[in-house]
Amino acid sequence: MTETRPNTEVMNRAALTRRIVARCTRGEAIVGGIGNSNWDLWGAGHREENFYMLGSMGLAAPIALGVAIAQPGRRVLALEGDGSLLMQLGCLSTIAERAPRNLILVVWDNGSYQITGGQGTPAARAGTDLIAIARASGIAKAQWAADEAEFDALLAEALATDGPHVIGARIDQEPGRNQTPREPVRFAMSFTAAMARPV
Amino acid sequence: MTTPAALPWHGALLAAFKAQQVRLVPYVPDNVLKPLIAAVEADPFFTAFPVAREEEAIGIVAGGVMAGMRGVALMQTSGFATLPNALASLACAFQIPVAMVVSERGTLGEFNPGQAIVCRTMRPILDSLGIEHHTITRLDEAGFIAERALKQAFATRWPACLILSPLLTARPQ
Repeated sequence: MTETRPNTEVMNRAALTRRIVARCTRGEAIVGGIGNSNWDLWGAGHREENFYMLGSMGLAAPIALGVAIAQPGRRVLALEGDGSLLMQLGCLSTIAERAPRNLILVVWDNGSYQITGGQGTPAARAGTDLIAIARASGIAKAQWAADEAEFDALLAEALATDGPHVIGARIDQEPGRNQTPREPVRFAMSFTAAMARPV
Repeated sequence: MTTPAALPWHGALLAAFKAQQVRLVPYVPDNVLKPLIAAVEADPFFTAFPVAREEEAIGIVAGGVMAGMRGVALMQTSGFATLPNALASLACAFQIPVAMVVSERGTLGEFNPGQAIVCRTMRPILDSLGIEHHTITRLDEAGFIAERALKQAFATRWPACLILSPLLTARPQ
C-alpha cells in the first residue's frame, strides 16, 4: 500500500473514472463533485445512480454519507477534487465517527483549482497530504494509489470489504471534456428514483 | 397535530419529526437546542450525530432524503448564515426537501453584538431563496407548525426552515 503522495504516479481522472464506472455494476451510487469530477463521471456514461453536483463545493462526501446512512445495503462512492475536499475537511471526522461500511471516497489530487484557472491549492503549496489527513481523522483505510493497477486493486477491495475507504489518486491537469447538462431537477429525480430501486 | 399541554417545545418538535418520518438528524451543537439534541440522540428512531459545519449537515440531509431517509439539520443563527451557497446550489437548484431547525440568537436579550448583527441576515436569505420559514413563538402552536411545515416541504420538494424564537425556548411557558 502506498503511504505518501510523492510515491505515486500521475494518472488521468477521466480514465480512472471510466474504470470506476465499469466496476460499478451493482447499483452503486456515485456522487460526482463539482466541475471536472462530475463532468468526467458524465463522460464515463450516464447511470441513473449518478448524482452530478452543480455548486456547493466540498459537499460530495457529505451527500454520499447521507446516502450511505440511508441505504447501508448499497455501496456509495464520492468522487471529489482535492480543492473541494480542502473546503470541507471536517467531514472526514464525521465519516470516521459514523464509520459507514459502505462508503468510498475517491480523491482526485492535481494540486490545483483546475477549473478556475489552475491556481495551486494551499495544500499543494504546503505539501499537505490529504490522505494522511484522512487517516489522522480516524479513517484507517485511506491509501494513495501508486498507479492504475493499484487503483484497481484498492477499488476492488473497497467495493468488496467493509469501509469507510478513502482512495487518493494523483492526477494530471487534463480538463473534463464532457460537460454535464445543467439539469439539476432531472438528475435529482432520476437519482431519487434509482435509489428507490432495490440493490 | 396539536401539542399536548405537558409536552415541552423539544418534545413537540420530536413528535413532529416522527409524524413526518424524519429520522436523520445531523446537528451543529447549540446550547438552546441541547434538550432537543439530547432527546433525538436518546431515541433509537433517530440517527442523530454532530457534524463539523452546517454545510456538511445540508449535504448529509440532501443525500439522505434522495435515498429515502428524511432528515433535518439543527443549528443556530450564526451557523445558518454560512449556508446560502449550499442552499442555493444544492437544496434549491435540485429541489431537494432539506429541512432545517434554527435556534434564534441575536434577538430578545442577546449579549453578543456579532450574533445580533448576523441574525438580521437570516430571514432575508431565506426570503431571497424562496424558502418558506416559520418562526415558532408559542408552545401550543409548535407541533402544528413543525409538522405542517415539514409535510409541505416533502410534498412540494422544497427546503423549509423552522426558527425557534426565544419566545418559545426561553420564555416561561
